[in-house]
Amino acid sequence: MTAYIGKRLLAAIPVILGLSVIVFLVMKLIPGDPAQALLGSYATPANVERINRALGLDRSWPEQYVIWIGNLLQGDFGRSYILNRPVIDEVLERFGATLILAGAALVICSILGILAGIVSAVRQFGWTDRIVTFFVLIGISMPAFFLGLIFILLFAVQWRLLPASGMYAVYGGGDLPDLLRHLVLPAATLAIVATGVVARLTRAAMLEVLRQDFIRTARAKGLSENAVIYRHAFRAALVSVIPVIGIQAGFVLGGAVYIETVFQWPGLGQMLVKAVSTRDLLLVQGGVLVAATVYVLVNLLADVAQAMLDPRLKA
Amino acid sequence: MTEIAVPVPPVRRRRSNWQLLMANRLAAAGLFIFGFIVVVALLAPLLPLPNPDVTNQPSRLLPPLSGGHLLGTDHLGRDILSRLVWGTQVSLLVGISATALAAVFGSLIGLVAGYARGAADSILMRFVDMLMAFPYILLAIAIVAALGPGLLNALYAIAIVNIPFFARNIRGVTVSIRNREFVDAARLSGKGHAAILFTEVLPNVLPVIVITMSTTVGWMILETAGLSFLGLGAQPPTSDLGSMLGQARAQLFTAPHASIIPGVMIFVLVMSINLLGDGIRDVLDPRLRSGALDRPMPVTRIARAQTPPATIEDALALVVDGLSTGFEDGGHVTPAVRSVSFRLDKGECLGLIGESGSGKSVTALSLMGLVASPPGVITGGAVYVEGRDVLAARQQDLIALRGARIAYVFQDPLTTLHPLFAVGEQVAEAILAHRPVGRAAAMAQAVELMDRVGIRDAAARARAYPHELSGGQRQRIGIAMALANDPDIIVADEPTTALDVTVQARILDLLMQLRRERGLALLLITHDFGVVAQVCDRVAVMRNGEIVEQGETAAVLRDPQHFYTRRLIACVPELGEGRAFLDRVRPLFTEAQA
Repeated sequence: MTAYIGKRLLAAIPVILGLSVIVFLVMKLIPGDPAQALLGSYATPANVERINRALGLDRSWPEQYVIWIGNLLQGDFGRSYILNRPVIDEVLERFGATLILAGAALVICSILGILAGIVSAVRQFGWTDRIVTFFVLIGISMPAFFLGLIFILLFAVQWRLLPASGMYAVYGGGDLPDLLRHLVLPAATLAIVATGVVARLTRAAMLEVLRQDFIRTARAKGLSENAVIYRHAFRAALVSVIPVIGIQAGFVLGGAVYIETVFQWPGLGQMLVKAVSTRDLLLVQGGVLVAATVYVLVNLLADVAQAMLDPRLKA
Repeated sequence: MTEIAVPVPPVRRRRSNWQLLMANRLAAAGLFIFGFIVVVALLAPLLPLPNPDVTNQPSRLLPPLSGGHLLGTDHLGRDILSRLVWGTQVSLLVGISATALAAVFGSLIGLVAGYARGAADSILMRFVDMLMAFPYILLAIAIVAALGPGLLNALYAIAIVNIPFFARNIRGVTVSIRNREFVDAARLSGKGHAAILFTEVLPNVLPVIVITMSTTVGWMILETAGLSFLGLGAQPPTSDLGSMLGQARAQLFTAPHASIIPGVMIFVLVMSINLLGDGIRDVLDPRLRSGALDRPMPVTRIARAQTPPATIEDALALVVDGLSTGFEDGGHVTPAVRSVSFRLDKGECLGLIGESGSGKSVTALSLMGLVASPPGVITGGAVYVEGRDVLAARQQDLIALRGARIAYVFQDPLTTLHPLFAVGEQVAEAILAHRPVGRAAAMAQAVELMDRVGIRDAAARARAYPHELSGGQRQRIGIAMALANDPDIIVADEPTTALDVTVQARILDLLMQLRRERGLALLLITHDFGVVAQVCDRVAVMRNGEIVEQGETAAVLRDPQHFYTRRLIACVPELGEGRAFLDRVRPLFTEAQA
C-alpha cells in the first residue's frame, strides 16, 4: 500500500506542474502590456523597457515560467497591491474557511447521495425511487446561488432559525456551536447539486452491479437479499462511486465561489470574486493554484481509497 | 424444397426515435416547456413588451400584478417581465453558443486523439487531463480574470472548461470504432485520413456528441448565469438571467420577487433541458432502452397459468415437471424453456446437453429461481425437491434451500466470484449463510474445503483474491463453495467450458470423486457429448427450449432416436480421425447446405 501511495504521489507531481503551466499561460492571455499599464502616462519607450527588464518580462516565456515556479516553491506567490499583503498569507487564511465549508458539503453529499442512490436502486421504479429521482432532478437543475437566496429568505428571514451570513456571530460568537450554526445553510446549499450527482451515479452503479454474475453466485449461495445488496453489490458499486466523490470535491470547491458570495462566507471563493473585479491578478493566480493543488490531492486520496477497496487496482 | 407454412409472428414495428422520445412523458414535458421558452425568447422583439432598459425611478420595486407591470419592476423601475424575456434570450444564446463551441473543439480533439493514437493522443489527452484537474468553475474564473469580466469572455471561459467532457467521451468512442471493418475498408479504398475521419468516423460518433451536448447544455446555461450573478459575465446594460438575479440580490429582503422571478426562470429552463436531455440519452443509448438495467429481483418472477400440486409422493432428490421459463419484453413473453421434465435420483448424474441457446442454462437457473428477473419469468411447471414444489414455497424458504440442498457451480469463475473479497472469505460466507458457526470456525472450515478440492497451501491461498488465482484454481474455489453445506444436488453449469483441456479433465475428475464420496446428485450442463459419455448415468438432450430425447447414456449413445442427438454425438471428434470426421458429419447437416 505504501508503495502504491508513493507511486500516486509521484504521479501527482507532473499534474500539479501542468496546472501551474496552464495558470501561467492563462495569465499570459491578459490583453495589453503590463508595463504600459503600470506606467500609465509615463510610458515612454525607455521607461517601458526598463520596467520590462526589472520585472523580467524581457525574457522568454519558458524562462519567466521557471523563475515564477521557483518563487512559488519558496512560498513567494507575489504581493497583492490592493490588500497590501503577501498573496500566500491571504490565500491560506481564506482557504481554511473554504475547507470547512467544502468539506462539510462533501461529507453531506457523500452520505446522503450514496444512501439515496442505494435506496433508489433497490426500490427501482417504486415510490422511494420516484421521490429520489425527483429531488435529484431538482438538485441538478437548481442554481446553487438561487437556492442559497431562497434558504436565506425562508430560514433566516421568515422563520429566524439560522444566521444568513458570515462564519461567526459578530458579538459573542466564535466557538464551535456558533460556527456550526453558521455552517448549516451554506453547506446544505453547496451540497445539494453534488448530492444529486452522487445519488444518480450510485443508483446507476448499483443497477449495473446487480446484473453481474457474481451477484448470481451470491444468491446461489443462499445469502439473504440484504447481504446480497449491502455486502456484495454495494461494495462493488462503491469502487465506481469513489472517483465520483473525488470529482464532487472539485464541484464543491468551485461551487463555494457562489455560496461564499451569497452567504458572505469569508473564504477563497469570495476572495477570488473580489480579486477578479479589482483585477488583483496575483491573488487570483495564487488562489486558483492552491485550490487546484488541493483538488489534485483529494483525488489522490480517492484513488488510494479505491485501491484499498479493489485489490485489482494495486498492481 | 417445398415452402413450409411458418406462422408469421406478429410484427412489432420498431418505433422511431421521435416516437420513443415522445413516449417518455417527462422528456415530452421537457421538450414542450423548453420549446415554449425558446419561442417566447425568440419572439421578444415582436411581443408587446415595454423596453427592458427604460428606468423609471418613481415606480421602482413594484410588486407583481401591479398595473402595467405583470411581474412588477426592479430597483431601477424597469419592467421585470420584459427583462425576463430578453434576459432569457441572452442566457439561451450564451449557453447554447458555449455548448456548441465546447462540442466543436472538444469533439475535434477527441476525434483526432482517438483516431491518430500514439503521440498526438498522449499530448492532447494530457492537456485535457490538465484542464480537468482544475476544480470546475475556478478555471473559468481564472480565464475571466485574465480576459476581464464580460459576457463574451464568460462564454469562452465556460466553453473551455467543458471541452474535456467532449474530448474524453468522443475519444473513447473513436478508439472503439477506428479499427472496425468499415473504417479499414475505407482506408483500403484509398481515402485520406481526414476524409475517413469526417465521412466514416464522425457519423458514427454523432450520437455520442448529441448525448453529451444534451446533457451538458443545461449545466452551461447554469454556469454562465452563475458568472453573471457574480458580476463577471453580462455587464450593464446587457443583462441575462444571472445578472438580473445578481443585481436584485441587494433588495432581497425588501423586494424578494425581483430575485425569485429570474431564479425560478433559470431553474425551469435548466430543468426542462435536463428532462429533455435525459430523454434523448435514453433513446440514443440502446442499453438503457431495453431495460437491461432493471434491478433483478431476489427470486425469478413466478406467474404460472396453473398451479401444480404442491407436493408429490415420489420423493426423488429432484423432479422437474413441465417447467417453462420465458423472458418478458413489454408484456410479451418469449419462451426460452418449454415444458421441460426430468428426474434426478440421489447420487445420480444427469447430463443436460444442447447447443448454446437451447435453454439448458435457463433450465438450470430456474430450479432455484435464479434467472434474472426482470426479464425472466417462470410461466409453468413445478420443481420438486424431495417431493415439495419449491416454486410454491415462500421466497425466504426458497432462498434457504439455495446452497444448502441445491448448490451451483457456474461457468466462468472469474466473473462468478466476487472480485473484491478474498476467496476464503467467499467460501466461509457460504457456510455462514446456512450455519451460524462463527467467523473463525467458518474460516477454518473454508480452508479445509479448499484443501479438499485440491488447492495446495489452502491456508495461504484463502487470503488471495480471485484475480490472483489460475482458472482451474478459481473453479476449484467455486466447487468448494458449492460443497460448503453438504448439498444433495450440485448443478454444474458448464463448469469446464472456460478452462484448458487438461484442467477440464481434472475438474471433472474432482466432481466425480466428490459425487462418489458424498452421494451427491449431479446435474451437469454441457454442450459436449464427450463429457456426457464420460461421466453421466443418464442424459437429456435439449433443443430450442425442449427436451427432445432422454435416457440411459449408454442406450442413447448406442441408438440415438432424434436427429439432433445424432448430430451432437457425431460432433465429438476422435483423435487422428482427420478428414473422415468431416465426411462423417456432413450428411447430418444437409439442410444447412441446402
